[in-house]
Amino acid sequence: MNGNIWVLTSADSVAIATTLILAALGALFTERAGVLNLGIEGILLTSAISSFLVADSSGSIWLGLIVGSLVGALLAGIHAVLSVVLRANQIVAGLALVIFGTGLANFLGKPAEGKTVTTLIKPLSFGPLSDIPFVGPIVFRQDPITYASIVIAVLASLYLFRSRPGLELRATGDDPATVDAQGLSVASIRLRYTLFGGLLVGLGGSWLMLAQSAAWHQAATTNGVGWIALALVVFAGWRPIRLIFGAILFGFTLQLPFTLQAEQITFIPSALMQMLPYLATLIALIALSRPSTRSKLGAPKSLGIPFVRDER
Amino acid sequence: MTNASHEVAKGPHHASGAAPSALSAYSLVKRFPGVLANNSVDFDVLPGEVHTLLGENGAGKSTLAAMLCGLYQPDSGHITRNGERIALSSPRAGLQHGIAMVHQHFRLVERFTVAENVILGSRDLSYKLNRSELEDKVAAVAESYGLPIDPGATVADLSVGQRQRVEIVKALYQGAEILLLDEPTAVLVPAEVEKLFENVHAMTQAGKSIVFISHKLGEVVEISDRVTVLRNGRVTGHVSGRGTTDTKELARLMVGRDIELTTQRASHATGHEILQIRDLSLTVGGVSVLSDISFNVHAGEMVGIAGVAGNGQRELADTIAGLISPTSGSIAISGSMTTDRGPIHARELGLAYVPEDRLGMGLVPSMSILDNLLLTRDRRVVVDRTTVRPEATRLIEQFEIKANGPDHMARKLSGGNAQKVLLARELSGGRTATKLLVVCSPTRGLDVGAIETVRALLDDARSAGQAILLISEDLDEVMSLSDRIFVLYRGSVVHETPGESAELATVGAAMAGLTPEDKS
Ligand SMILES: Nc1ncnc2c1ncn2[C@@H]1O[C@H](COP(=O)(O)OP(=O)(O)OP(=O)(O)O)[C@@H](O)[C@H]1O
Ligand SMILES: [Mg+2]
Repeated sequence: MNGNIWVLTSADSVAIATTLILAALGALFTERAGVLNLGIEGILLTSAISSFLVADSSGSIWLGLIVGSLVGALLAGIHAVLSVVLRANQIVAGLALVIFGTGLANFLGKPAEGKTVTTLIKPLSFGPLSDIPFVGPIVFRQDPITYASIVIAVLASLYLFRSRPGLELRATGDDPATVDAQGLSVASIRLRYTLFGGLLVGLGGSWLMLAQSAAWHQAATTNGVGWIALALVVFAGWRPIRLIFGAILFGFTLQLPFTLQAEQITFIPSALMQMLPYLATLIALIALSRPSTRSKLGAPKSLGIPFVRDER
Repeated sequence: MTNASHEVAKGPHHASGAAPSALSAYSLVKRFPGVLANNSVDFDVLPGEVHTLLGENGAGKSTLAAMLCGLYQPDSGHITRNGERIALSSPRAGLQHGIAMVHQHFRLVERFTVAENVILGSRDLSYKLNRSELEDKVAAVAESYGLPIDPGATVADLSVGQRQRVEIVKALYQGAEILLLDEPTAVLVPAEVEKLFENVHAMTQAGKSIVFISHKLGEVVEISDRVTVLRNGRVTGHVSGRGTTDTKELARLMVGRDIELTTQRASHATGHEILQIRDLSLTVGGVSVLSDISFNVHAGEMVGIAGVAGNGQRELADTIAGLISPTSGSIAISGSMTTDRGPIHARELGLAYVPEDRLGMGLVPSMSILDNLLLTRDRRVVVDRTTVRPEATRLIEQFEIKANGPDHMARKLSGGNAQKVLLARELSGGRTATKLLVVCSPTRGLDVGAIETVRALLDDARSAGQAILLISEDLDEVMSLSDRIFVLYRGSVVHETPGESAELATVGAAMAGLTPEDKS
């Protein structure tokens, strides 16, 4: 009963959604502050391989997760310096970060080729709860980081819409000149959330490595999940709760081709299915690049625009 | 006891000898590349006083205010608060000393509610926000100064006057003792100005100090306890005592000569129809913005459109300029249809357009004056700056634009000077000789001297046979220049009158949507 392939697919979708939720939340925090970081994919890859190397050499998965997250923050720091301090073009800086991150990950990954992590992050078991048909495997047999990612998303929503610093964060993304006139530092707010965003993306990348992949497959390890995360933020209208559901939906479409293959359902070409999330991503990124559609979707008003005080 | 002088007083000027000033500035100097915006300025304001800064466009008023609130740092000189020397390194420091500025451009997050905007940046709030508690708190502050405001409303839905009230409540909520109001009345209609002045009185009664900046001399006379006149970055005169001066004297102190804003009407018989508007209607997102508008403007005639902001004026102008396609009806310039043909077509038929939003639509802020001028000049593949440069230099002189020269970037101009650049470009003709001139609020933010110049230029254009459509919220301006006046209310023409026999009361009532019957 519990082995039903569709139940397994759903359970796997929730699991895959973990990386998506964490990476997209990272992007969301960054963008809510008005910084567009297109480098998510590069950060995911670098933090994934970092966590692998640390977990492999130290034998501690948790140490791997921590270092992987910090590496994510470090890379986001490069973007923060370029776009907030030096006020570079954020699209160019973000794309450069993808190229840099991918290259760095492949370089660091040389010694990891052919190896696998011996101990993976294990799903929790809630005893009898985990054995409930359908619901059990989907809801009560996930690993701790998966649960954590959903809790983080809910907390993020409360933080954004119900707290004083959340108000300041949203104001910074919409109207930095106003925040500046209130005597708050736009630069420090933007720096902080770009770093924090990187930390979340790093955690997502590390989890992908240590709970899902086990082995390093170079760029195929992430398979464009970083880009999907960026699109997800757009579809979620920059709201964390909607993002959870969006991530599970995207997770399902990512997982579906495998199920269809296993079930030998061939009337839908699996290549077409595999393409879907990326097509959605393409559409979202186009929407993101047009200022008029952007504001309709609810994007922070000054997303991607460097702040200069004397501008008037 | 009038005390008007052209001499620069030594040290801040005190109205009543020993009274301690709330805020004083000593020999402030602020230099921008190529401009000495403030040249050794002394200034002070007492508790419970309204002290007005007066001066031509680019005189340095906004710059002085920016230094007093911590937005700009002076190059030299110092500031004292209640006699103690303070350093204002940022707007935050200014707020900590109880100094707040209400900017010419509002600093409000449009998507936030009033309450959210008011509390943004306050440090003394708990981490967790309780919406209804905050709204009560904000409403209480607003009420204590008689500022009616709905704390739960979204700022994007508010009128300009209401937004300004939000700005003031924000400053008061943060404990401001000194409020700097930079041209607060430039965007308000007369009724809102009255309301603002009531609020100002309530605040001074409570012991707050107000630094007021305005070009409207009548208002300055009405509201000020003291006036300091700036010119080219220097203090050039003082007037103290409420009601001891008049607009004429202020104008003289400001520009050094007498200014008379007179009534001007067409001096020649008007010619054939240049602009023809037939049954024009516009619906935006299901809401009717303009309905069934028909009128003509003849060569050598000025038609004025009066109305409170937001009654369709902006859309009417944009439709004539070809920027918006009407839902129904037609527009013709010199007999050629321009409906649905776009802005370039309209311009080729001789249209010149001065939009309301100068730095957004009128000028490209990041380009030089010269390049902004080139936008409406000959369109060739290769940009030819050398032939236009002498013209740019000439226009800068003719319009008395305060700039370093043709290469001065548009956004670094003072508010009034940016407006002058736009007027200079449109009034001086583009590719084709101007036949129809559509001007929106042409003198908003200009000093009296400049207003005189602009009015004379508009009159000259009229005498030269151009058809002019003047769209303005400044009722005085419409009344004293137009040959015919239309009043726009909720997108319809509700009143029409010849300029000569127009009555202020009737036109004013029509603007408020009262038909003559309602009034009695
Ligand atoms: N950020 C800036 N960079 C360069 N020049 C500036 C800047 N701000 C102001 N200026 C220049 O300083 C001078 C004074 O400008 P300011 O804005 O203080 O004038 P103002 O008296 O407020 O004029 P207005 O009545 O037109 O608003 C002007 O010549 C202006 O061009
Ligand atoms: Mg100014």
